[in-house]
Amino acid sequence: MIDYQAPLTDMQFVLEHLVGERLAGLAPFAALDRETIGAVLQEAARLVEAEIAPLNAAGDRQGCRLQETAVQTPAGFPAAYQAFVDGGWQGLSLPEVDGGQGLPYLYSHVLMDMLAAANSAFSLYPMLTQSACEALRLHGSEALRDRYLATLTSGRFAGTMCLTEPQAGSDLSLIRTRAEPDGADAAGPAYRLTGTKIFITGGEQDLSENIVHMVLARLPDAPAGVEGISLFLVPKLLPDGERNAVYCRGLEQKMGIHGASTCVMGFEGARGWLVGEANRGLRHMFTMMNLARLAVGSQGLGIAEAAAQRALGYARERLQGRPGKGQRTGETVPIVAHAEVRRMLLRLRTGAEGARMLAYDVAAEVDVARHHADPARREQAAGYVELMTPICKAGLTDIGLANASLAVQVYGGHGYIRDNGVEQLLRDAKINCLYEGTNGIQAIDLVARKLRLADGALPEILFRRVAKAPAEGAFAPLPALLAQAREVTARLQARLAAGEDVTGLAYPYLEGMLRLALAGQWARAQQAAPALAPAQAARKQAAAVFFARTELARARAEFEIAAQDPAECALADPALV
Amino acid sequence: MHIVVCIKQVPDSSQIRVHPVTNTIMRQGVPAVVNPYDLFSLEEALRLKDRVGGRVTVLCMGPPQAEMALRKAISFGADHAILVTDRAFAGSDTLATSFALASAVRQIGRDMAVDLVFCGKQTIDGDTAQVGPGIAKRLDLQLLTYVSQIDAVDPERREIVVRRRAEGGVQVLKTRLPCLITMLEGSNELRFATQAGIFRAARYPVQRWDSKAAGIEDPSRVGLKGSPTVVRKVFAPTPNTQRADLISCESGTPEDLAATLLAKLTTRNPELAALLGRAGMQETGR
Repeated sequence: MIDYQAPLTDMQFVLEHLVGERLAGLAPFAALDRETIGAVLQEAARLVEAEIAPLNAAGDRQGCRLQETAVQTPAGFPAAYQAFVDGGWQGLSLPEVDGGQGLPYLYSHVLMDMLAAANSAFSLYPMLTQSACEALRLHGSEALRDRYLATLTSGRFAGTMCLTEPQAGSDLSLIRTRAEPDGADAAGPAYRLTGTKIFITGGEQDLSENIVHMVLARLPDAPAGVEGISLFLVPKLLPDGERNAVYCRGLEQKMGIHGASTCVMGFEGARGWLVGEANRGLRHMFTMMNLARLAVGSQGLGIAEAAAQRALGYARERLQGRPGKGQRTGETVPIVAHAEVRRMLLRLRTGAEGARMLAYDVAAEVDVARHHADPARREQAAGYVELMTPICKAGLTDIGLANASLAVQVYGGHGYIRDNGVEQLLRDAKINCLYEGTNGIQAIDLVARKLRLADGALPEILFRRVAKAPAEGAFAPLPALLAQAREVTARLQARLAAGEDVTGLAYPYLEGMLRLALAGQWARAQQAAPALAPAQAARKQAAAVFFARTELARARAEFEIAAQDPAECALADPALV
Repeated sequence: MHIVVCIKQVPDSSQIRVHPVTNTIMRQGVPAVVNPYDLFSLEEALRLKDRVGGRVTVLCMGPPQAEMALRKAISFGADHAILVTDRAFAGSDTLATSFALASAVRQIGRDMAVDLVFCGKQTIDGDTAQVGPGIAKRLDLQLLTYVSQIDAVDPERREIVVRRRAEGGVQVLKTRLPCLITMLEGSNELRFATQAGIFRAARYPVQRWDSKAAGIEDPSRVGLKGSPTVVRKVFAPTPNTQRADLISCESGTPEDLAATLLAKLTTRNPELAALLGRAGMQETGR
């Protein structure tokens, strides 16, 4: 069985026909040509297919093991990680001055699309390192950057994000880990950190030479709440090679992503350095958390793709039933011959391909926001990314989970059997809806924060883009949906202005906005499809039509739910739950 | 050590269709790839360079777009790339091709003497396996075909020891450099290109040689004029539908073997079963 095949044709379709133009105008990427990008993607696909995908099922079975304070990742992970590092893939989208390859940020999402599909557990290690790199690059002192940025960018050292504590999950104001001043050295004032962090991905592993923890903690005189949290860099091995006092004190037994080590980390007077300004740690962390949320969205995309591939392969091979209504004789047919199965398969494909378009679209806007020559265009792109981050994080991970579930459904009872490999996708998919801010937190962020930012102007950026999409054929109802979205948004904003709590209906609103954004993408894809080879173009157009005929109605319903008065939806009283 | 690897750009045969009426190969829309057999030679050359140092030059004869194949080789770590391209080469058969490539290798050697030439075992589009030996003959190189492993190479003593797949076994051969090697498929696994390699390849200025630059003085030796081979007809052979079943004679009594044989015959040919009658079926039904 082929574990995973990178969908290079679809990736290139999206890159070339839907988002590519935006990058072509950006100065740092002027020299990038189609052939080079093609070569990069082909080689990424080769590495992921040959070295990383084959470890997925075995890594799930074996999981990580804790011996004393050392963690052993599944067999094959260290070698695959080394191949990943040797190829320079960790720094794909990181700046050349730091030792990265300097490719657009967008391509880190293309790579994540492949990695998460091939092996979600493995994909977490590079993802966390990239986040640590961003935090250090943007906020670290020059001395600290000189010491750690190059080794993190190459992947020789791996990074972690140490936020959560047993009593501080979604609410980080409850953090208790302490940082006491402890002299200074070449990297600036030093501190001793004491406390316990949980759910630390890659907190301990046997992949990299060293581990660099980015830790949220409180200084002795810090004010209470989120304004008293600072960010520290705490390495596993100190610059002189000595072991720092930060140890893995336990591994979590999880529902999925068994190949990813999820550690309880004890900071027992560990030496660290302040990153950025004192008491502004949460802010610093959030510049990076927003990117991490987009990356998690693309993990959802990866799983959605993997699920679609498995289900399609199975449905073409599995022989059950006969064609035609009530037919009892004749050749047994592959289950793809049944319309109900085709409905599931089309939903799987439109889920994955739609997620890809949206993930790449938003990622490309990150590049525009960073590099465009026109400040107004940069600001517009940044606003779009702000608005779309919770929609991508929650929406695309929901699609990943739904696709994984649907793939099991296509397999029937065989999907429930471990050896057939699809139930792992379902277990691995769920975490994406939980970490980096649960999907519920994303919906609240969208409504309570993003609808208010910039005097409420952010949604209009999306609306104007959707308005430009060709509302042809099956997409004829798109303008009406757009009008409904504008109306619901205005209504929510009015309620917010009046001080009402509208978060109870935030999720339906997010679901409506997700489908609206996807509809805009699909309408463009329908128009661009003829650029594909004839058979692929026909499939793309069929997927667009299927999306329009099934999801536009769902979008209308979600908006309708979100437009109601929350006070009339039995949401007000905890006693009534 | 200076190693020259000859590669060819070919249509990806896994995506090729033959026109059902004219029986010609339909090339439209078929992506071009490096001949897969050549990649085993490229990898072996790169491994030798890793072991003893030196330079790897990749050489390709083909149309201008074959430059892509050379860039691919550069991305894996080859040092130099030369594309021999000239309208005069159009229509070359294996004789003319080996003449042109041999001449180009001679030119490459003027810069730094060539110790080893690698070729693929054969190409997936022509399947002749003639070009490698043709180059060796013209350059008077020792010829080692179907090599599965290079045991040792000594640049000082100018010796190489290889294992060669031969009928009925493996030959261990020692010969003097320079020589020409064609690698057997599956003898190694191509490395992954690094990002740095891919970007170097993208910027690498591939040298283009016309027939004169490749040192070819007699134009009648290349292209159609230099090619005695004529393709008279391309056709798809009629599919062979015969099937064979094996019955293991190692175990079982003669009676069991006979019963198995009868069972196989009667399932294939129910009429035979009917002719043999019930008694016969019971005998074989054990």
